[in-house]
Amino acid sequence: MSVPVDTQISDSPALGPLLEEMQTLGEQGSTGPLLSLRQHAGEAFRRLGFPTTRLEEWRFTDVSRVANTRFLPDPRPPELAAERLAPFLYAGCRNVVLLNGRVVSELSDLDISDAPGLTVRSLAEALEEPAVAERIGSLLPPDQHPFVALNTALFRDGVYLEVEAGARLEEPLHLVFLGETPDGQATVSYPRNLFVLGERSECTVIETYASLDDGESLTCPVTEVLAGASSVCKHFKVQKESLAANHLASFQVRLDRATNFSSHAITHGGALVRNDVGALLDGEGAVCTLNGLYVVAGEQQVDNHMRVEHKKPHTYSHELFKGILDGNAKTVFNGRIYVHREAQKTDAKQSNRNLLLSDQAIAHSNPQLEIFADDVRCTHGSTTGHLEEEAVFYLRSRGIDEAAATSLLTYAFASEFVDLVEVEALRRDLQNFLFSRLTGGDIVRQAV
Amino acid sequence: MLKIENLKASVEGQEILRGLSLEVKAGEVHAIMGPNGSGKSTLAQVLAGREDYEIDAGSVTYDGEDLLELAPEERAQKGVFLAFQYPVEIPGVSNTYFLKAALNSIRKARGEQELDAMEFLKLVREKVKVVDLDESLMKRPVNDGFSGGEKKRNEIFHMAVLEPRLAILDETDSGLDIDALKTVAAGVNSLRTDGRAFLVITHYQRLLEYIVPDVVHVMVDGRIVQSGGKELALELESKGYGWLESKAGAA
Ligand SMILES: Nc1ncnc2c1ncn2[C@@H]1O[C@H](COP(=O)(O)OP(=O)(O)O)[C@@H](O)[C@H]1O
Ligand SMILES: [Mg+2]
Repeated sequence: MSVPVDTQISDSPALGPLLEEMQTLGEQGSTGPLLSLRQHAGEAFRRLGFPTTRLEEWRFTDVSRVANTRFLPDPRPPELAAERLAPFLYAGCRNVVLLNGRVVSELSDLDISDAPGLTVRSLAEALEEPAVAERIGSLLPPDQHPFVALNTALFRDGVYLEVEAGARLEEPLHLVFLGETPDGQATVSYPRNLFVLGERSECTVIETYASLDDGESLTCPVTEVLAGASSVCKHFKVQKESLAANHLASFQVRLDRATNFSSHAITHGGALVRNDVGALLDGEGAVCTLNGLYVVAGEQQVDNHMRVEHKKPHTYSHELFKGILDGNAKTVFNGRIYVHREAQKTDAKQSNRNLLLSDQAIAHSNPQLEIFADDVRCTHGSTTGHLEEEAVFYLRSRGIDEAAATSLLTYAFASEFVDLVEVEALRRDLQNFLFSRLTGGDIVRQAV
Repeated sequence: MLKIENLKASVEGQEILRGLSLEVKAGEVHAIMGPNGSGKSTLAQVLAGREDYEIDAGSVTYDGEDLLELAPEERAQKGVFLAFQYPVEIPGVSNTYFLKAALNSIRKARGEQELDAMEFLKLVREKVKVVDLDESLMKRPVNDGFSGGEKKRNEIFHMAVLEPRLAILDETDSGLDIDALKTVAAGVNSLRTDGRAFLVITHYQRLLEYIVPDVVHVMVDGRIVQSGGKELALELESKGYGWLESKAGAA
């Protein structure tokens, strides 16, 4: 893929601190292959610049606000009082906690000698092993996507997870990425995660992104998942940062033979959120589920850019994205499915459904199918509309007031996704969020 | 209990109800018959508070109150119930929980104690027998994937739980086999009391063998053109609507 050069970087207020940071990291942190990767990434970012809406891939995502803000990394060592973390935890999970992109060791369950075959580490530490360092960027090369480039050049830490062949992680691993803006300074973080899942391994991983205050921030995470043959991985991502947060995330998974990977992405925080999510189905019989729910209001914008690549025969992908939009909110669902010539018997389904609660909200939905095999089944569907007036009337005629009827039907719209969230504590958290967001939430709570 | 005077209603400029008058007293069962498109469902929906219809003239008084001023939920809270001709499917909302929410908002509006889960379950167990509804349908989303007959029974089940004072049944008999029809009729009959009134809209006389009405009205072209006792239904069955349609034309 060649990316047109269309740069606005030279006059961006964000640039100065970025270049300084690259310099510093280059001098003190990395060595060897990682150093050259970072330098390469830095050059790539300088070349790519902040994307503008003139680029096809960024047509609907205007990042000029990000490019025009002077974000600085948090200079403090990563420390956090346990009680500030508590509201973000889910019962029954192992936790790794990060503050502005760096692991807070005291609050993280890094000592997991009780779980054989499992390694959970700060990525910064794990990188000392060449085998780990080599894999950074193996799925998301730094020279194609501006924010992957930025992350690769500037990340300080993140989470390294390794599950050995045949091993099973009993409890969900909860990665809690907290953002804080010390002294109100606009703050940036670049969490970097790498999951290496051995053959036949099993794990559940939750990534939560949340804010400790409502200062302006930019989170720019990159997660790469190498999922081995016949491994089963259930991934969840919850984006509930403050309304002053910007979140530009990239995620890529590679599925091997008979890998079963599923992801559920919940987005309701942030001013501007973009998830670039890629799945490479690179082994026969691989099964990939990518589901999402976004619930937005006010001036929020949430974009999900999906890229599912079927490379081998008999691979299956299923995407269900549902959106609830109120106020002036804007969302983009871009669903690209690419089927290689070799990938016969591909079965790909994609569905994007948006519920508009206001007349001003806008949901863009763009399926893009590129199919080069002839014996495949690909279906896609997209609907955007308001609640059915007839259904609202039916509920009201049974004594339920208009606000509660609207809320019930809105919840019902979301419930198809909610019911798919297998981790109970997470599902309850999502339900509680929905109840709090919906007027007449108590009636809804009773009725579902 | 219900007094409709010279009611005129239209949708998108098309007049559907053209000066309809009707009075129903507590304890009575009135049947409304009429050809397709004569405005029966429109009348039912207007009484329940559907906002699609423009009220052009006339009045509707319910228990001395202007019914047309009330929101649909307020009408329900005051005891008006409509069994829909086409019950709406609501995926994602369980039948049980929806009904509990409905019952409790009605009770709350009336200043009555809300039922807790146990009390509600007990009530449901009792009422579900009345309409012979498969209990598994209680756990499913409202009307979602129900057969035609199941949807109609579910409407009667909702009625049995909500115990309205004025129940309007819009072609609840249509599409039912004779056994289902008897069950629906038994459900209605079990609720017949001195304080309660029914407006039973039907296309066929058959239902009226099981729910014996006090008064039968014939509606043609948005008006009541003839009212009489239950024998009027039989007369209609044999003669068809033709003779009344010409009468309506003359009026
Ligand atoms: N919401 C509506 N929009 C447009 N036309 C309607 C609407 N409701 C009813 N009508 C029209 O009004 C007339 C009466 O319909 P309806 O009340 O359903 O009759 P019935 O129930 O007696 O068969 C029909 O011609 C129908 O097409
Ligand atoms: Mg009708």
